[in-house]
Amino acid sequence: MVSPTPNRPVPDAATQLDIYRRMSTIMQNDVASRRIVKTGRLVMPYYSPRGQEVIPSAISVNLNDDDKICTIYRGIHDMIAKGVPLRALWAEIAGRVTGTCKGKGGPMHITHPASGVMVTTGIVGSSMPIANGIAWAAKLEKSERVTIAYFGDGASNIGAFHESLNMASVWKLPVIFVCQNNGFAEHTRYENATSVDFISKRAIGYGMPGFTVDGNDPLEMYAAANEAVARARAGEGPTLLECKTFRFFGHVFGDDDHYMTKEEKAAAMEKDPVPAFRARLIADGHASEEQLVEMETQIAAEIQDAIDFALGSEVAGLEELTLDVYAATGAE
Amino acid sequence: MTAQTKKINIIQAINEAIAEAMEADPKVLVLGEDVADREGGGVVGVTRGLSTRFGDERVRSTPISEQAIMGAAIGAAISGFKPVAEIMLMNFTTVAMDMIVNHAAKLRFMSGGQTGVPLVVRMMTGAGIASGGQHSDFLEAWFAHTPGLKVVAPSNPEDAKGLMLSCIADPDPCIFVECSRAYGTTAEVPVDLAPIPLGKARIDQEGTDVTIVSYSEIFARAKAAAAELAKEGVSVELIDLRTISPWDRETVLASVAKTGRAVIAHEAVRSFGVGAEISATIHEELFDVLKAPVQRLGGPFTSVPFAKALEDAFVVKSSDIAAAARATLATG
Repeated sequence: MVSPTPNRPVPDAATQLDIYRRMSTIMQNDVASRRIVKTGRLVMPYYSPRGQEVIPSAISVNLNDDDKICTIYRGIHDMIAKGVPLRALWAEIAGRVTGTCKGKGGPMHITHPASGVMVTTGIVGSSMPIANGIAWAAKLEKSERVTIAYFGDGASNIGAFHESLNMASVWKLPVIFVCQNNGFAEHTRYENATSVDFISKRAIGYGMPGFTVDGNDPLEMYAAANEAVARARAGEGPTLLECKTFRFFGHVFGDDDHYMTKEEKAAAMEKDPVPAFRARLIADGHASEEQLVEMETQIAAEIQDAIDFALGSEVAGLEELTLDVYAATGAE
Repeated sequence: MTAQTKKINIIQAINEAIAEAMEADPKVLVLGEDVADREGGGVVGVTRGLSTRFGDERVRSTPISEQAIMGAAIGAAISGFKPVAEIMLMNFTTVAMDMIVNHAAKLRFMSGGQTGVPLVVRMMTGAGIASGGQHSDFLEAWFAHTPGLKVVAPSNPEDAKGLMLSCIADPDPCIFVECSRAYGTTAEVPVDLAPIPLGKARIDQEGTDVTIVSYSEIFARAKAAAAELAKEGVSVELIDLRTISPWDRETVLASVAKTGRAVIAHEAVRSFGVGAEISATIHEELFDVLKAPVQRLGGPFTSVPFAKALEDAFVVKSSDIAAAARATLATG
């Protein structure tokens, strides 16, 4: 664990509000998603990001529109933070033709290059090798674009992690490996499946800087991301960020969390990062209660609009079944 | 006026195709183990000279990391580049199957057409070089069974060059299978050879009694069988499939409609092989005109063995193909 050093970048008030806006959108979107799954209005496996709002929000305010991300099935917070339009996002989750992928990808495969979401994978660890290729492309084009590979703590035990970090380091790629360590790989507790106390230690083995960050602290997270992005843009190569966090609603929504104690879960939820940051913004004089209520109300309206848009949209025609298998034409 | 030609082997043919594509399009890249000249330009020299000519940024030797190689190729491809990745041996694709099958093949479809994956994966394989069970398999049926991939397997220098040109230009991921036994095969090839379209078989010789369909190095054995049969007065229509997926149903079915008899020969194990798909299609489409059941030849359902006598027995021989043709002629 690397202690915070003095003179780290601090987000200004507007940036802090921007982080909170993204966090609040993710949280409210999650509440709406769980409600709609619970009532059976939409049928999908739902991997709630509740509790992990800070990480992509504090990272994304350091990114440009043309920076890229590759994320995973628990990645809806990463997509919202990067700016995927809510209407197209909800329509995809609802399997409608107006969705990001015409309803053919679904919640586990949201793709929206226009906002930089290049790949969402359902395979643990597979965001990393592809992120390298996107970063390689930026390097070849002598662009300052950076690429973020999001993954979980479980993915740091899969071969793709090892291969990707090694290659990124040897090739000095402008990629940032962001491990959202929520303490559980599916149902398996971190320490029962991982050889080191901090995943960031693994960076040493690949010759790249690695840091463990409090992934629930927006200012810590912002500083770490800001420095990693600066390194990548300067051509100094990749960084591994281990962001410690907690997921509130298990692996897949509906699981009963039998692998943890009620006390442990309650203690983690006590430290809910969204209201904590909200209170901090007010205490620090960066926003008033009224200002935040107005922002939250507007976000709620945007989410409701997106849901209405999605549920009012058509399902793709059956011709889509064999379209996009290859370019231009159907399969055969 | 005859076109100017040059005598080249398959290694040179593929090298020329990649070089011409790199010359014409700065987006074409090469990556793989040992592909740069510092490492010898590939283990058999297919990429020799390319890094010297086009630079180490566009022709990158990689770590022995097949997942990372394919990930880098996929990421670059969805970012607008056209990577030609070398997976040294076809058996080594097994450690990169997630990247090839879950990602390269599916990203276009799952993204609703937003992220096409224009890449080529080259690989060599084939029994007969005393490499045993993990360096020799023909696994083309696995890839042909995967929607989103195209699969190519040339038998001669002209096709190797022309098909490689088409694969690099193709907007979708192409698996390019090179048989190590055939690398040294030479032929006069037009210097300004045009790309050979994918999905088009080549009728090597016309005939009236029986159709023989083959590809890759086994095609040469089919040609020898046809010569043998000609001495017996049997007129063989000989088809080199060239592209396995999408395969040229039209040409094969038109030929069998004419001859009423068909033999299919490949190196891969016979069970569940490409021959089964072609045979089933012929029976479905031409049941009324078939004069005999289709014969299909392939390896026995076993691993490629090391001992020379066993290895020789594994691979379909021209005498096997001729015998199968005679068997169809003895029926009906």
